[in-house]
Amino acid sequence: MDRSAQAGPVANVLAWSVLLFLLLPISIVFPLSVTDQRFLSLPYEAPSLQHYVTFFTSERWLTSTWQSLVIAVFSTVLAVTSGTLCAIGCWKLSTRLTDLVRVLMLLPIIVPSIVYALGIYRLWIRLDLLDTYLGIILVHGVTGIPYVVITVTATLANFDPRLEQAARSMGANLSQTLRWVIMPRVMPGIASGAIFAFIHSWDEAVLILFIASRALFTLPRRIWDGINENLDPVMAVAACVMILLSMLMLAGDLWLRRKRER
Amino acid sequence: MATLAAALPETAPQTRILGASFSWWLLIAPAVILMLAFYAFPLAEVLWISFTEPEPGFGNYERLLTSAALQRVWMTTLRICTITTVITLVAGYVVAYALVSAPPRMQRWMFVCVLLPLWISVLVRAFAWVTLLRSQGVVNEALLGIGVIDQPLRLIWNEFGIAVGMVHYMIPYAVLPLYASMRDIDPRLVPAARGLGATRIEAFRRVFLPLTLPGIVAATVLVFIFSLGFYVTPAILGGGRTLMVAEYIKLQILDLIRWGVGTMMASTLLVAVVVVLAIFARVVDFRRLFGGRH
Repeated sequence: MDRSAQAGPVANVLAWSVLLFLLLPISIVFPLSVTDQRFLSLPYEAPSLQHYVTFFTSERWLTSTWQSLVIAVFSTVLAVTSGTLCAIGCWKLSTRLTDLVRVLMLLPIIVPSIVYALGIYRLWIRLDLLDTYLGIILVHGVTGIPYVVITVTATLANFDPRLEQAARSMGANLSQTLRWVIMPRVMPGIASGAIFAFIHSWDEAVLILFIASRALFTLPRRIWDGINENLDPVMAVAACVMILLSMLMLAGDLWLRRKRER
Repeated sequence: MATLAAALPETAPQTRILGASFSWWLLIAPAVILMLAFYAFPLAEVLWISFTEPEPGFGNYERLLTSAALQRVWMTTLRICTITTVITLVAGYVVAYALVSAPPRMQRWMFVCVLLPLWISVLVRAFAWVTLLRSQGVVNEALLGIGVIDQPLRLIWNEFGIAVGMVHYMIPYAVLPLYASMRDIDPRLVPAARGLGATRIEAFRRVFLPLTLPGIVAATVLVFIFSLGFYVTPAILGGGRTLMVAEYIKLQILDLIRWGVGTMMASTLLVAVVVVLAIFARVVDFRRLFGGRH
Protein backbone atom coordinates (compact mmCIF):
# COMPACT_ATOMS: atom_id res chain seq x y z
CA MET A 1 0.00 0.00 0.00
CA ASP A 2 1.17 3.55 -0.74
CA ARG A 3 2.55 5.27 2.33
CA SER A 4 0.32 8.31 1.91
CA ALA A 5 -2.72 6.05 2.43
CA GLN A 6 -1.59 5.32 5.99
CA ALA A 7 -2.86 7.23 8.99
CA GLY A 8 -0.62 10.14 9.98
CA PRO A 9 1.18 10.28 13.34
CA VAL A 10 -1.52 12.52 14.83
CA ALA A 11 -4.29 10.07 13.93
CA ASN A 12 -2.25 7.19 15.34
CA VAL A 13 -1.57 8.94 18.65
CA LEU A 14 -5.26 9.83 18.98
CA ALA A 15 -6.32 6.28 18.13
CA TRP A 16 -3.99 4.77 20.71
CA SER A 17 -5.24 7.22 23.38
CA VAL A 18 -8.77 6.00 22.69
CA LEU A 19 -7.61 2.37 22.87
CA LEU A 20 -5.87 3.01 26.20
CA PHE A 21 -9.06 4.66 27.45
CA LEU A 22 -10.87 1.44 26.48
CA LEU A 23 -8.43 -0.68 28.50
CA LEU A 24 -8.24 1.65 31.52
CA PRO A 25 -11.17 0.33 33.60
CA ILE A 26 -10.29 -3.31 32.92
CA SER A 27 -6.68 -2.85 33.91
CA ILE A 28 -7.48 -1.12 37.21
CA VAL A 29 -9.64 -3.90 38.69
CA PHE A 30 -6.87 -6.42 39.36
CA PRO A 31 -4.50 -3.99 41.18
CA LEU A 32 -7.47 -2.91 43.34
CA SER A 33 -8.28 -6.51 44.25
CA VAL A 34 -4.83 -7.13 45.75
CA THR A 35 -4.83 -4.07 48.01
CA ASP A 36 -3.33 -4.43 51.50
CA GLN A 37 -5.79 -1.85 52.87
CA ARG A 38 -9.20 -2.48 54.43
CA PHE A 39 -10.89 -0.07 52.03
CA LEU A 40 -11.00 0.09 48.24
CA SER A 41 -7.68 1.48 47.00
CA LEU A 42 -4.47 0.56 45.22
CA PRO A 43 -2.00 -1.38 47.41
CA TYR A 44 0.04 1.02 49.63
CA GLU A 45 2.96 -1.18 50.62
CA ALA A 46 2.80 -4.63 49.07
CA PRO A 47 0.12 -6.60 47.25
CA SER A 48 -1.97 -8.81 49.50
CA LEU A 49 -4.36 -11.66 48.88
CA GLN A 50 -6.43 -10.98 52.02
CA HIS A 51 -9.57 -10.05 50.08
CA TYR A 52 -9.30 -13.18 47.95
CA VAL A 53 -9.30 -15.18 51.20
CA THR A 54 -12.39 -13.26 52.30
CA PHE A 55 -14.16 -13.91 48.99
CA PHE A 56 -13.42 -17.63 48.93
CA THR A 57 -14.44 -18.13 52.55
CA SER A 58 -17.52 -15.93 52.43
CA GLU A 59 -20.70 -17.94 52.20
CA ARG A 60 -22.58 -15.02 50.63
CA TRP A 61 -20.15 -14.55 47.75
CA LEU A 62 -19.72 -18.28 47.14
CA THR A 63 -23.48 -18.85 47.13
CA SER A 64 -23.89 -16.02 44.62
CA THR A 65 -21.18 -17.43 42.38
CA TRP A 66 -22.76 -20.87 42.52
CA GLN A 67 -26.25 -19.53 41.77
CA SER A 68 -24.90 -17.51 38.83
CA LEU A 69 -23.20 -20.60 37.41
CA VAL A 70 -26.26 -22.83 37.77
CA ILE A 71 -28.52 -20.24 36.14
CA ALA A 72 -26.04 -19.59 33.31
CA VAL A 73 -25.59 -23.31 32.55
CA PHE A 74 -29.29 -24.15 32.40
CA SER A 75 -30.31 -21.03 30.51
CA THR A 76 -27.54 -21.74 27.98
CA VAL A 77 -28.92 -25.25 27.44
CA LEU A 78 -32.38 -23.80 26.89
CA ALA A 79 -31.17 -21.09 24.48
CA VAL A 80 -28.88 -23.42 22.51
CA THR A 81 -31.44 -26.19 22.04
CA SER A 82 -34.33 -24.02 20.95
CA GLY A 83 -32.18 -21.50 19.07
CA THR A 84 -30.26 -24.10 17.04
CA LEU A 85 -33.38 -26.02 15.97
CA CYS A 86 -35.06 -22.75 15.06
CA ALA A 87 -32.11 -21.54 12.96
CA ILE A 88 -31.94 -24.86 11.11
CA GLY A 89 -35.70 -24.88 10.45
CA CYS A 90 -35.66 -21.30 9.18
CA TRP A 91 -32.67 -22.02 6.96
CA LYS A 92 -34.33 -25.07 5.38
CA LEU A 93 -37.82 -23.61 4.89
CA SER A 94 -36.72 -20.05 4.10
CA THR A 95 -40.15 -18.56 3.40
CA ARG A 96 -41.67 -15.20 4.19
CA LEU A 97 -42.96 -16.55 7.47
CA THR A 98 -39.53 -17.76 8.58
CA ASP A 99 -38.11 -14.30 7.83
CA LEU A 100 -40.68 -13.02 10.30
CA VAL A 101 -39.62 -15.70 12.80
CA ARG A 102 -36.01 -14.52 12.51
CA VAL A 103 -37.07 -10.95 13.28
CA LEU A 104 -39.03 -12.23 16.27
CA MET A 105 -35.87 -13.99 17.48
CA LEU A 106 -33.91 -10.73 17.30
CA LEU A 107 -36.38 -8.85 19.53
CA PRO A 108 -34.41 -9.27 22.77
CA ILE A 109 -31.40 -7.54 21.20
CA ILE A 110 -33.40 -4.59 19.88
CA VAL A 111 -35.79 -3.95 22.77
CA PRO A 112 -34.18 -2.23 25.79
CA SER A 113 -33.98 -4.66 28.74
CA ILE A 114 -35.75 -2.23 31.03
CA VAL A 115 -38.93 -2.36 28.91
CA TYR A 116 -39.02 -6.16 28.87
CA ALA A 117 -38.17 -6.22 32.59
CA LEU A 118 -41.52 -4.58 33.45
CA GLY A 119 -43.50 -7.08 31.39
CA ILE A 120 -41.78 -10.18 32.72
CA TYR A 121 -41.93 -8.85 36.30
CA ARG A 122 -45.69 -8.50 35.96
CA LEU A 123 -46.07 -11.96 34.40
CA TRP A 124 -43.88 -13.63 37.01
CA ILE A 125 -45.90 -12.02 39.83
CA ARG A 126 -49.00 -13.60 38.35
CA LEU A 127 -47.37 -17.02 37.75
CA ASP A 128 -45.61 -16.90 41.12
CA LEU A 129 -42.19 -17.36 39.49
CA LEU A 130 -40.40 -14.41 41.09
CA ASP A 131 -37.20 -15.35 42.87
CA THR A 132 -37.18 -18.95 41.56
CA TYR A 133 -34.56 -20.79 39.50
CA LEU A 134 -37.20 -21.68 36.91
CA GLY A 135 -38.21 -18.03 36.51
CA ILE A 136 -34.68 -16.71 36.03
CA ILE A 137 -33.55 -19.59 33.80
CA LEU A 138 -36.56 -19.09 31.51
CA VAL A 139 -35.87 -15.34 31.24
CA HIS A 140 -32.14 -15.68 30.67
CA GLY A 141 -32.70 -18.58 28.27
CA VAL A 142 -35.26 -16.76 26.14
CA THR A 143 -33.16 -13.58 25.97
CA GLY A 144 -30.12 -15.73 25.05
CA ILE A 145 -31.82 -17.27 21.98
CA PRO A 146 -30.85 -14.39 19.58
CA TYR A 147 -27.12 -15.02 20.04
CA VAL A 148 -27.54 -18.69 19.16
CA VAL A 149 -29.81 -17.98 16.18
CA ILE A 150 -27.32 -15.41 14.82
CA THR A 151 -24.23 -17.62 15.13
CA VAL A 152 -25.91 -20.79 13.84
CA THR A 153 -27.52 -18.94 10.92
CA ALA A 154 -24.09 -17.53 10.02
CA THR A 155 -22.57 -21.05 9.90
CA LEU A 156 -25.48 -22.37 7.85
CA ALA A 157 -24.89 -19.69 5.22
CA ASN A 158 -21.81 -21.66 4.06
CA PHE A 159 -23.60 -25.01 4.11
CA ASP A 160 -24.65 -26.50 0.79
CA PRO A 161 -28.39 -27.31 1.02
CA ARG A 162 -27.94 -30.13 -1.50
CA LEU A 163 -26.09 -32.17 1.12
CA GLU A 164 -29.23 -32.26 3.20
CA GLN A 165 -31.33 -33.17 0.15
CA ALA A 166 -28.88 -35.91 -0.75
CA ALA A 167 -29.15 -37.39 2.73
CA ARG A 168 -32.94 -37.29 2.63
CA SER A 169 -33.13 -38.83 -0.84
CA MET A 170 -30.94 -41.69 0.29
CA GLY A 171 -33.51 -42.51 2.92
CA ALA A 172 -32.29 -40.69 6.03
CA ASN A 173 -35.17 -39.44 8.17
CA LEU A 174 -35.23 -35.97 9.71
CA SER A 175 -33.52 -36.85 12.98
CA GLN A 176 -30.81 -38.85 11.18
CA THR A 177 -30.18 -35.98 8.77
CA LEU A 178 -29.99 -33.54 11.66
CA ARG A 179 -27.68 -35.73 13.66
CA TRP A 180 -25.28 -36.97 10.98
CA VAL A 181 -25.36 -34.31 8.29
CA ILE A 182 -26.37 -30.90 9.62
CA MET A 183 -25.21 -30.92 13.25
CA PRO A 184 -21.53 -31.74 12.59
CA ARG A 185 -21.34 -28.88 10.12
CA VAL A 186 -22.96 -26.24 12.35
CA MET A 187 -21.20 -27.36 15.56
CA PRO A 188 -18.78 -24.38 15.60
CA GLY A 189 -21.74 -22.00 15.30
CA ILE A 190 -23.56 -23.78 18.09
CA ALA A 191 -20.48 -23.61 20.33
CA SER A 192 -20.03 -19.88 19.67
CA GLY A 193 -23.71 -19.30 20.33
CA ALA A 194 -23.44 -21.26 23.58
CA ILE A 195 -20.53 -19.07 24.71
CA PHE A 196 -22.47 -15.89 23.96
CA ALA A 197 -25.61 -17.20 25.67
CA PHE A 198 -23.60 -18.22 28.73
CA ILE A 199 -21.91 -14.83 29.05
CA HIS A 200 -25.26 -13.12 28.50
CA SER A 201 -26.73 -14.86 31.54
CA TRP A 202 -23.55 -14.60 33.63
CA ASP A 203 -23.37 -10.80 33.15
CA GLU A 204 -27.08 -9.99 33.13
CA ALA A 205 -27.77 -7.18 35.62
CA VAL A 206 -31.05 -5.47 34.68
CA LEU A 207 -33.72 -8.20 34.55
CA ILE A 208 -32.33 -9.78 37.71
CA LEU A 209 -33.17 -6.60 39.68
CA PHE A 210 -36.82 -7.20 38.91
CA ILE A 211 -37.26 -10.97 38.95
CA ALA A 212 -35.11 -11.94 41.95
CA SER A 213 -35.01 -10.49 45.42
CA ARG A 214 -33.92 -12.60 48.37
CA ALA A 215 -33.59 -16.31 47.71
CA LEU A 216 -31.56 -15.88 44.54
CA PHE A 217 -28.78 -13.33 44.49
CA THR A 218 -26.56 -13.70 41.44
CA LEU A 219 -23.04 -12.30 41.31
CA PRO A 220 -24.02 -9.20 39.26
CA ARG A 221 -26.86 -8.57 41.70
CA ARG A 222 -24.51 -8.69 44.70
CA ILE A 223 -22.01 -6.38 42.99
CA TRP A 224 -24.86 -4.01 42.12
CA ASP A 225 -25.96 -3.81 45.75
CA GLY A 226 -22.34 -3.39 46.87
CA ILE A 227 -21.75 -0.42 44.57
CA ASN A 228 -24.84 1.31 45.87
CA GLU A 229 -24.19 0.56 49.55
CA ASN A 230 -20.54 0.14 50.57
CA LEU A 231 -17.57 -0.05 48.26
CA ASP A 232 -16.02 -3.11 49.90
CA PRO A 233 -12.64 -4.21 48.45
CA VAL A 234 -14.02 -7.76 48.15
CA MET A 235 -16.06 -6.39 45.26
CA ALA A 236 -12.86 -5.92 43.29
CA VAL A 237 -12.19 -9.64 43.81
CA ALA A 238 -15.71 -10.46 42.62
CA ALA A 239 -15.14 -8.26 39.58
CA CYS A 240 -11.92 -10.18 38.87
CA VAL A 241 -13.79 -13.48 39.13
CA MET A 242 -16.33 -12.21 36.60
CA ILE A 243 -13.59 -10.99 34.26
CA LEU A 244 -11.70 -14.28 34.58
CA LEU A 245 -14.73 -16.26 33.45
CA SER A 246 -15.32 -13.86 30.53
CA MET A 247 -11.69 -14.24 29.48
CA LEU A 248 -11.95 -18.04 29.59
CA MET A 249 -14.99 -17.81 27.33
CA LEU A 250 -13.20 -15.39 24.99
CA ALA A 251 -10.24 -17.76 24.78
CA GLY A 252 -12.65 -20.60 24.00
CA ASP A 253 -14.29 -18.54 21.25
CA LEU A 254 -10.92 -17.61 19.69
CA TRP A 255 -9.83 -21.24 19.80
CA LEU A 256 -13.05 -22.28 18.02
CA ARG A 257 -12.57 -19.62 15.36
CA ARG A 258 -9.02 -20.73 14.68
CA LYS A 259 -10.17 -24.35 14.44
CA ARG A 260 -12.89 -23.35 12.00
CA GLU A 261 -10.46 -21.50 9.75
CA ARG A 262 -8.17 -24.48 9.38
CA MET B 1 -29.38 -15.73 -2.53
CA ALA B 2 -28.18 -16.98 -5.91
CA THR B 3 -27.50 -20.48 -4.62
CA LEU B 4 -30.85 -20.50 -2.88
CA ALA B 5 -32.71 -19.59 -6.05
CA ALA B 6 -30.87 -22.32 -7.91
CA ALA B 7 -31.92 -24.87 -5.32
CA LEU B 8 -35.58 -23.89 -5.35
CA PRO B 9 -36.82 -25.95 -8.32
CA GLU B 10 -35.37 -29.08 -6.75
CA THR B 11 -36.99 -28.52 -3.35
CA ALA B 12 -40.39 -27.54 -4.71
CA PRO B 13 -41.77 -31.07 -5.21
CA GLN B 14 -40.66 -32.00 -1.68
CA THR B 15 -42.23 -29.07 0.08
CA ARG B 16 -45.50 -29.74 -1.69
CA ILE B 17 -45.83 -32.77 0.52
CA LEU B 18 -47.25 -31.27 3.69
CA GLY B 19 -45.51 -33.80 5.94
CA ALA B 20 -42.02 -32.85 4.82
CA SER B 21 -42.22 -29.17 5.63
CA PHE B 22 -44.36 -29.84 8.70
CA SER B 23 -41.51 -31.63 10.45
CA TRP B 24 -39.20 -28.67 9.79
CA TRP B 25 -41.80 -26.35 11.30
CA LEU B 26 -41.72 -28.57 14.38
CA LEU B 27 -38.04 -27.65 14.79
CA ILE B 28 -38.92 -23.96 14.80
CA ALA B 29 -41.83 -24.37 17.19
CA PRO B 30 -40.07 -24.52 20.60
CA ALA B 31 -38.19 -21.25 20.08
CA VAL B 32 -41.28 -19.52 18.69
CA ILE B 33 -43.46 -20.68 21.56
CA LEU B 34 -40.86 -19.63 24.15
CA MET B 35 -40.38 -16.26 22.49
CA LEU B 36 -44.10 -15.56 22.13
CA ALA B 37 -45.09 -16.71 25.62
CA PHE B 38 -42.18 -15.31 27.61
CA TYR B 39 -41.05 -12.36 25.50
CA ALA B 40 -43.61 -10.97 23.06
CA PHE B 41 -46.60 -11.48 25.36
CA PRO B 42 -45.14 -9.70 28.43
CA LEU B 43 -43.83 -6.97 26.14
CA ALA B 44 -47.31 -6.45 24.68
CA GLU B 45 -48.68 -6.32 28.19
CA VAL B 46 -46.41 -3.37 29.00
CA LEU B 47 -48.03 -1.47 26.12
CA TRP B 48 -51.48 -2.57 27.28
CA ILE B 49 -50.96 -1.47 30.90
CA SER B 50 -49.81 1.96 29.75
CA PHE B 51 -53.34 2.53 28.38
CA THR B 52 -55.32 0.83 31.15
CA GLU B 53 -53.81 1.73 34.53
CA PRO B 54 -54.68 3.50 36.75
CA GLU B 55 -57.75 4.09 34.52
CA PRO B 56 -58.40 3.30 30.83
CA GLY B 57 -57.50 6.00 28.32
CA PHE B 58 -54.63 8.19 27.25
CA GLY B 59 -54.18 9.73 30.71
CA ASN B 60 -50.61 8.51 31.14
CA TYR B 61 -49.57 9.87 27.77
CA GLU B 62 -51.19 13.25 28.51
CA ARG B 63 -48.71 13.58 31.37
CA LEU B 64 -45.93 13.72 28.79
CA LEU B 65 -47.38 17.06 27.70
CA THR B 66 -48.20 18.42 31.15
CA SER B 67 -45.61 17.11 33.60
CA ALA B 68 -42.39 19.11 33.77
CA ALA B 69 -40.67 16.24 35.60
CA LEU B 70 -41.33 13.78 32.77
CA GLN B 71 -40.20 16.28 30.15
CA ARG B 72 -37.03 16.91 32.12
CA VAL B 73 -36.27 13.16 32.19
CA TRP B 74 -36.66 12.93 28.42
CA MET B 75 -34.63 16.08 27.78
CA THR B 76 -31.81 14.79 30.02
CA THR B 77 -31.90 11.43 28.24
CA LEU B 78 -31.82 12.96 24.76
CA ARG B 79 -29.08 15.39 25.73
CA ILE B 80 -26.82 12.73 27.24
CA CYS B 81 -27.49 10.33 24.34
CA THR B 82 -26.61 13.03 21.79
CA ILE B 83 -23.40 13.99 23.59
CA THR B 84 -22.45 10.32 23.96
CA THR B 85 -23.17 9.61 20.30
CA VAL B 86 -21.10 12.56 19.04
CA ILE B 87 -18.06 11.81 21.23
CA THR B 88 -18.31 8.08 20.50
CA LEU B 89 -18.46 8.68 16.75
CA VAL B 90 -15.40 10.93 16.72
CA ALA B 91 -13.36 8.55 18.93
CA GLY B 92 -14.58 5.51 17.00
CA TYR B 93 -13.78 7.14 13.67
CA VAL B 94 -10.20 7.85 14.70
CA VAL B 95 -9.73 4.26 15.87
CA ALA B 96 -11.31 2.76 12.74
CA TYR B 97 -9.17 5.02 10.56
CA ALA B 98 -5.96 3.97 12.29
CA LEU B 99 -7.14 0.35 12.29
CA VAL B 100 -7.80 0.15 8.57
CA SER B 101 -4.38 1.50 7.63
CA ALA B 102 -2.34 -0.30 10.30
CA PRO B 103 0.05 -3.14 9.36
CA PRO B 104 -1.52 -6.58 10.03
CA ARG B 105 0.38 -7.29 13.27
CA MET B 106 -0.49 -3.93 14.77
CA GLN B 107 -4.04 -4.31 13.52
CA ARG B 108 -4.45 -7.53 15.48
CA TRP B 109 -3.42 -5.79 18.75
CA MET B 110 -5.72 -2.87 18.07
CA PHE B 111 -8.61 -5.27 17.48
CA VAL B 112 -7.91 -6.96 20.82
CA CYS B 113 -8.16 -3.54 22.52
CA VAL B 114 -11.48 -2.82 20.81
CA LEU B 115 -13.08 -6.23 21.37
CA LEU B 116 -11.83 -6.97 24.89
CA PRO B 117 -14.17 -4.49 26.63
CA LEU B 118 -17.16 -6.07 24.85
CA TRP B 119 -16.48 -9.27 26.75
CA ILE B 120 -16.38 -7.62 30.18
CA SER B 121 -19.60 -7.26 32.15
CA VAL B 122 -21.17 -3.80 31.94
CA LEU B 123 -21.52 -3.85 35.69
CA VAL B 124 -17.84 -4.60 36.26
CA ARG B 125 -16.90 -1.73 33.95
CA ALA B 126 -19.23 0.66 35.78
CA PHE B 127 -17.72 -0.50 39.07
CA ALA B 128 -14.22 0.14 37.69
CA TRP B 129 -15.23 3.67 36.65
CA VAL B 130 -16.57 4.33 40.15
CA THR B 131 -13.25 3.30 41.69
CA LEU B 132 -11.38 5.47 39.17
CA LEU B 133 -13.49 8.61 39.26
CA ARG B 134 -14.92 9.02 42.79
CA SER B 135 -13.45 11.70 45.04
CA GLN B 136 -11.08 9.24 46.82
CA GLY B 137 -10.66 7.38 43.54
CA VAL B 138 -7.51 6.55 41.61
CA VAL B 139 -7.68 9.54 39.24
CA ASN B 140 -8.25 12.14 41.93
CA GLU B 141 -5.61 10.63 44.24
CA ALA B 142 -3.09 10.66 41.41
CA LEU B 143 -3.87 14.27 40.45
CA LEU B 144 -3.71 15.35 44.12
CA GLY B 145 -0.48 13.41 44.53
CA ILE B 146 1.34 15.23 41.75
CA GLY B 147 -0.16 18.53 42.86
CA VAL B 148 -2.17 19.45 39.74
CA ILE B 149 -5.27 20.06 41.87
CA ASP B 150 -5.66 20.83 45.58
CA GLN B 151 -9.12 19.37 46.06
CA PRO B 152 -10.80 16.39 44.38
CA LEU B 153 -12.62 17.03 41.10
CA ARG B 154 -16.27 16.02 40.87
CA LEU B 155 -15.95 13.42 38.14
CA ILE B 156 -18.84 11.16 39.05
CA TRP B 157 -22.49 11.17 40.09
CA ASN B 158 -23.14 13.80 37.45
CA GLU B 159 -23.55 13.93 33.68
CA PHE B 160 -19.79 13.89 33.14
CA GLY B 161 -19.46 10.50 34.84
CA ILE B 162 -22.41 9.10 32.88
CA ALA B 163 -20.92 10.31 29.60
CA VAL B 164 -17.51 8.76 30.37
CA GLY B 165 -19.07 5.39 31.16
CA MET B 166 -21.43 5.44 28.20
CA VAL B 167 -18.80 6.52 25.67
CA HIS B 168 -16.56 3.74 26.95
CA TYR B 169 -19.34 1.19 26.48
CA MET B 170 -20.35 2.41 23.02
CA ILE B 171 -16.99 2.92 21.26
CA PRO B 172 -16.63 -0.73 20.09
CA TYR B 173 -20.12 -0.57 18.57
CA ALA B 174 -19.07 2.49 16.58
CA VAL B 175 -15.68 1.11 15.54
CA LEU B 176 -17.03 -2.09 13.99
CA PRO B 177 -19.41 -0.57 11.37
CA LEU B 178 -16.99 2.30 10.68
CA TYR B 179 -14.15 -0.15 10.14
CA ALA B 180 -16.34 -2.24 7.82
CA SER B 181 -17.16 0.80 5.66
CA MET B 182 -13.52 1.98 5.51
CA ARG B 183 -12.18 -1.46 4.62
CA ASP B 184 -14.24 -1.47 1.42
CA ILE B 185 -12.70 1.78 0.18
CA ASP B 186 -10.15 1.37 -2.60
CA PRO B 187 -6.83 2.20 -0.87
CA ARG B 188 -5.57 3.88 -4.07
CA LEU B 189 -8.20 6.64 -3.97
CA VAL B 190 -6.61 8.87 -1.34
CA PRO B 191 -3.10 8.65 -2.84
CA ALA B 192 -4.69 9.44 -6.23
CA ALA B 193 -6.31 12.58 -4.83
CA ARG B 194 -3.00 13.54 -3.23
CA GLY B 195 -1.22 12.95 -6.53
CA LEU B 196 -3.67 15.30 -8.22
CA GLY B 197 -2.66 18.05 -5.83
CA ALA B 198 -5.10 17.75 -2.92
CA THR B 199 -3.66 18.43 0.53
CA ARG B 200 -3.88 15.73 3.18
CA ILE B 201 -6.92 17.37 4.76
CA GLU B 202 -8.67 18.02 1.44
CA ALA B 203 -8.16 14.43 0.32
CA PHE B 204 -9.65 13.23 3.59
CA ARG B 205 -12.58 15.64 3.60
CA ARG B 206 -13.58 15.35 -0.05
CA VAL B 207 -12.69 11.76 -0.90
CA PHE B 208 -12.39 9.56 2.20
CA LEU B 209 -15.05 11.05 4.50
CA PRO B 210 -17.96 10.94 1.99
CA LEU B 211 -17.20 7.30 1.22
CA THR B 212 -17.51 6.37 4.90
CA LEU B 213 -20.94 7.97 5.22
CA PRO B 214 -22.86 4.64 5.33
CA GLY B 215 -20.64 3.53 8.20
CA ILE B 216 -21.19 6.81 10.01
CA VAL B 217 -24.96 6.49 9.70
CA ALA B 218 -24.91 2.89 10.87
CA ALA B 219 -22.70 3.67 13.86
CA THR B 220 -24.81 6.68 14.81
CA VAL B 221 -28.07 4.73 14.78
CA LEU B 222 -26.58 1.81 16.67
CA VAL B 223 -24.98 3.95 19.38
CA PHE B 224 -28.01 6.19 19.73
CA ILE B 225 -30.56 3.42 20.18
CA PHE B 226 -28.34 1.51 22.57
CA SER B 227 -27.84 4.72 24.58
CA LEU B 228 -31.55 5.53 24.79
CA GLY B 229 -32.49 2.46 26.81
CA PHE B 230 -29.19 2.06 28.66
CA TYR B 231 -29.74 1.32 32.31
CA VAL B 232 -26.76 -0.01 34.27
CA THR B 233 -24.07 2.59 33.55
CA PRO B 234 -26.22 5.73 33.89
CA ALA B 235 -27.81 4.38 37.08
CA ILE B 236 -24.46 3.69 38.74
CA LEU B 237 -22.39 6.60 37.44
CA GLY B 238 -25.29 9.04 37.77
CA GLY B 239 -25.74 8.02 41.40
CA GLY B 240 -29.47 8.79 41.31
CA ARG B 241 -28.83 12.51 40.84
CA THR B 242 -29.12 12.58 37.06
CA LEU B 243 -32.19 10.64 36.02
CA MET B 244 -32.33 9.11 32.57
CA VAL B 245 -35.44 7.41 31.26
CA ALA B 246 -34.46 3.79 32.05
CA GLU B 247 -33.70 4.57 35.68
CA TYR B 248 -36.83 6.69 35.96
CA ILE B 249 -38.87 3.67 34.80
CA LYS B 250 -37.21 1.43 37.39
CA LEU B 251 -38.01 3.94 40.16
CA GLN B 252 -41.65 4.17 39.10
CA ILE B 253 -42.14 0.40 39.17
CA LEU B 254 -39.96 -0.93 42.00
CA ASP B 255 -39.93 2.02 44.41
CA LEU B 256 -43.13 3.97 43.78
CA ILE B 257 -45.27 1.20 42.26
CA ARG B 258 -46.80 3.58 39.72
CA TRP B 259 -47.37 1.11 36.87
CA GLY B 260 -49.23 3.57 34.67
CA VAL B 261 -46.44 6.14 34.38
CA GLY B 262 -43.72 3.48 34.38
CA THR B 263 -45.18 1.49 31.50
CA MET B 264 -46.02 4.68 29.61
CA MET B 265 -42.39 5.79 29.75
CA ALA B 266 -41.27 2.26 28.77
CA SER B 267 -43.67 2.22 25.80
CA THR B 268 -42.47 5.65 24.69
CA LEU B 269 -38.88 4.42 24.91
CA LEU B 270 -39.74 1.33 22.86
CA VAL B 271 -41.52 3.42 20.22
CA ALA B 272 -38.53 5.80 20.03
CA VAL B 273 -36.14 2.88 19.43
CA VAL B 274 -38.40 1.28 16.80
CA VAL B 275 -38.93 4.58 14.97
CA VAL B 276 -35.19 5.32 14.78
CA LEU B 277 -34.58 1.76 13.54
CA ALA B 278 -37.40 1.91 10.99
CA ILE B 279 -36.18 5.18 9.52
CA PHE B 280 -32.67 3.92 9.04
CA ALA B 281 -33.41 0.27 8.21
CA ARG B 282 -33.76 1.43 4.59
CA VAL B 283 -30.35 3.07 4.62
CA VAL B 284 -28.39 0.55 6.65
CA ASP B 285 -28.03 -3.19 6.34
CA PHE B 286 -28.73 -4.08 9.98
CA ARG B 287 -28.43 -7.81 9.42
CA ARG B 288 -24.72 -7.34 9.04
CA LEU B 289 -24.55 -5.21 12.16
CA PHE B 290 -26.32 -7.53 14.53
CA GLY B 291 -23.54 -10.08 14.29
CA GLY B 292 -21.95 -8.72 17.49
CA ARG B 293 -22.87 -8.92 21.13
CA HIS B 294 -25.53 -6.81 22.78
